[in-house]
Amino acid sequence: MIRVEHLSKAYRRKVVVDDLSFSVEGGEAVALWGPNGAGKTTVIRCLLGLVGYEGLIEVGGVDARTHSKVTRGLIGYVPQELGFYGDLTVAETLALSSDLRGLPRTRIGEVIEAVSLEAEAGKRVSELSGGMRQRLGMAVALLPDPPVLLLDEPTSSLDVTARRRMVSLLDSLRGPERVLVITSHRVEEVGMLVDRVLALEAGHLVHECPPGELAGRLNLESWLHVVLPSEQTVTALAHLAAAGFDAHENGHGVLVGVSPEDKVSALGCLREGDFQIMDFEVWR
Amino acid sequence: MTATVTTPGFSTPRVFELRPVTVIARKVVREASRDRWFWLYCAGFAVLAGAITMTAVPDQNLIGSGGFGRTAASLVALVQLVVPLMALTLGARYLAGERDSGTLVFLLCHPVSRTEVLVGTYVGLAASMFAAVSTGFGAAGLFSALRSAPTDPVLLIRLAALSWLLSLAMLGLGLLISSTVKSASTALGMALFVWLAVVFLGDLGVMGTVVATRLPVGALFATVIINPVEAFRLASVVALDGSLDALGPAGTYAVDRFGDGIATIAVGVMVAWTVISGAVAVLAFRSGDQT
Repeated sequence: MIRVEHLSKAYRRKVVVDDLSFSVEGGEAVALWGPNGAGKTTVIRCLLGLVGYEGLIEVGGVDARTHSKVTRGLIGYVPQELGFYGDLTVAETLALSSDLRGLPRTRIGEVIEAVSLEAEAGKRVSELSGGMRQRLGMAVALLPDPPVLLLDEPTSSLDVTARRRMVSLLDSLRGPERVLVITSHRVEEVGMLVDRVLALEAGHLVHECPPGELAGRLNLESWLHVVLPSEQTVTALAHLAAAGFDAHENGHGVLVGVSPEDKVSALGCLREGDFQIMDFEVWR
Repeated sequence: MTATVTTPGFSTPRVFELRPVTVIARKVVREASRDRWFWLYCAGFAVLAGAITMTAVPDQNLIGSGGFGRTAASLVALVQLVVPLMALTLGARYLAGERDSGTLVFLLCHPVSRTEVLVGTYVGLAASMFAAVSTGFGAAGLFSALRSAPTDPVLLIRLAALSWLLSLAMLGLGLLISSTVKSASTALGMALFVWLAVVFLGDLGVMGTVVATRLPVGALFATVIINPVEAFRLASVVALDGSLDALGPAGTYAVDRFGDGIATIAVGVMVAWTVISGAVAVLAFRSGDQT
C-alpha cells in the first residue's frame, strides 16, 4: 500500500531524512519511532506531498509526487499540531472537510459518534479542549473511510485518560484493508498499537523490528518504581543492591534501574525477600 | 510495474476542478465577513465616500459629467489610497495567516491541488472586495441622492468597476507576497511597503528619474502607466470626460499618441497586473514547502 524508496529531504542545507526506504502492506500498523528531530514528521509531510523530496513515494501504487491529489484522497491525516478554523463548529469543520473531498455529508454524524463528540457537535472549535480537538482531528481523518491513516504523535498532547481512550480508538481502527502509520517517541505506546517499528535516528532507519524488541535493540533502560511500607525501604535497598540492582530511595518506595528484561526479576527479588509490594509502575 | 489500488468510493480527481475552488471561495468570503479589519476598511471607505459626496461642491466647469464631476474626482482620489491598501493587506495576510495558524495544512492534506487553493482564495477575496467597493460607492450614491445633488449613476458604476479592477490587481500582488513569505506579520509589512511604493513612491520616483535622466516623454509615459494605481487614475479621468492635460506632459503625450485608446491601455495594464501577479503567485505557492 505504501512504498518509500531512497527518500531524502533537506531543509536548506540540513538533511532531515536521508536515503530512507520502507514499505507497508495492507492491514499493517507501523510506527515511525524516534526522538525529536529524527525525521518522523518530515516523512509524513513527504507522504502527503506537503514538502518536496528526493526519491520515490507510492501510495496505493500511485506516485505521490506526480499525483499527490490522488494519493491524498487515499489518506486520512491527523497532524501533531492541529490547525482548525476556530470560529467553525465541530459539525461545520467536518462539513468543510467533506465538501473539500467531494463527499456527501451523510457520514458526518457517523464519525462524530465514532470519536464520541456528539455533545460537542455544535460547539466552536475554539471552545474545545486539547483532547476534544485531537478527537476532531481523528474525525476529519476518518471522514472518507480512508485505506491509509497517518497519525503524527496522536497522543502527545493528551492527558492519561484521553490517551487511553485514543489508544483504544486507534486499536479499533485496525482492519485487514487499512494501513496505520503512527509516529511516536513513546516505546510503551508503540508496543500497544503496531505490528512493526521503524526506528529513525537523524533521518536514518536504524532498526526495523517487532515492537517488543525495540527497547532491547535500543538498550533503553527503564526505571521500576516500587511502593513499599516506609519501614521496609532501607532494607529493600540493601537487598536489591546485594542482588546487583541499581536502586535508590524515592518517595514512598524504591526506584530500580532495569533493562527491559529485568523488570520482573527485580520484582521477584523483592518478593523473595518478603517485602510487601504495595504498587509499582515503569518509568522511561 | 506498479498496480493502482482500487478502493471503493475513491475516484481519480482531475488536476483542476471547480468544486474545491468554490468550496474554498465560500470559506474565504465567510471568513472575510467575520474579519474586523475588513469591516473597518469597509466602514472607513463608506464613511469617507459619503463624506466626500456630502461636502463636495458641484462645479460643472471643473470637470465633466454634469456637476457630479468634482465629487467623482474626489472619489477617485479616495479609491487610489484606500482600495490598494485594503486589497494588498487582505491578500498578503490571507495565506500567510493560514500558514501561521496551521489551517493551510488542514486544507492541503485534503485531495485539493495548491492551484485550486490559491485560485479559490483569490476568487473569495475578489468577491469580498466587490462587496467592499460596492459598499463605498453605494454610500456615495445614497448620500448624493439624499442631498438631491446631481448624480451620474452610470459614471458611478463605471468608477466602481475600475476600482474593483484595481483591487483585483492589488489582490494578485498581495497573494504573491503571501505565497512567498512565512509569517503574516512579514507579509503585512511587505504589503505596506508595496502600497507606499505604488501610491506615493511611484510618483516621486518618476519625478526623480525625469530630473536625473531627462527621460523622453514616451518613456516617462510608460513609467507612469506601468503602475496599476496610475493606470486606474488615467482610466478614471477618461471616464470622467476630463482632460489628461491635467496630468502633465505624460498626459499630453498620451492624448496625442493614443487618443481614446488610452482608457483601453490603462484597463489592459490593470488586467495584466491581475493575470501576471496571480500566475506568479500560483507558481510560487506550488513550488515551496508548505508546513
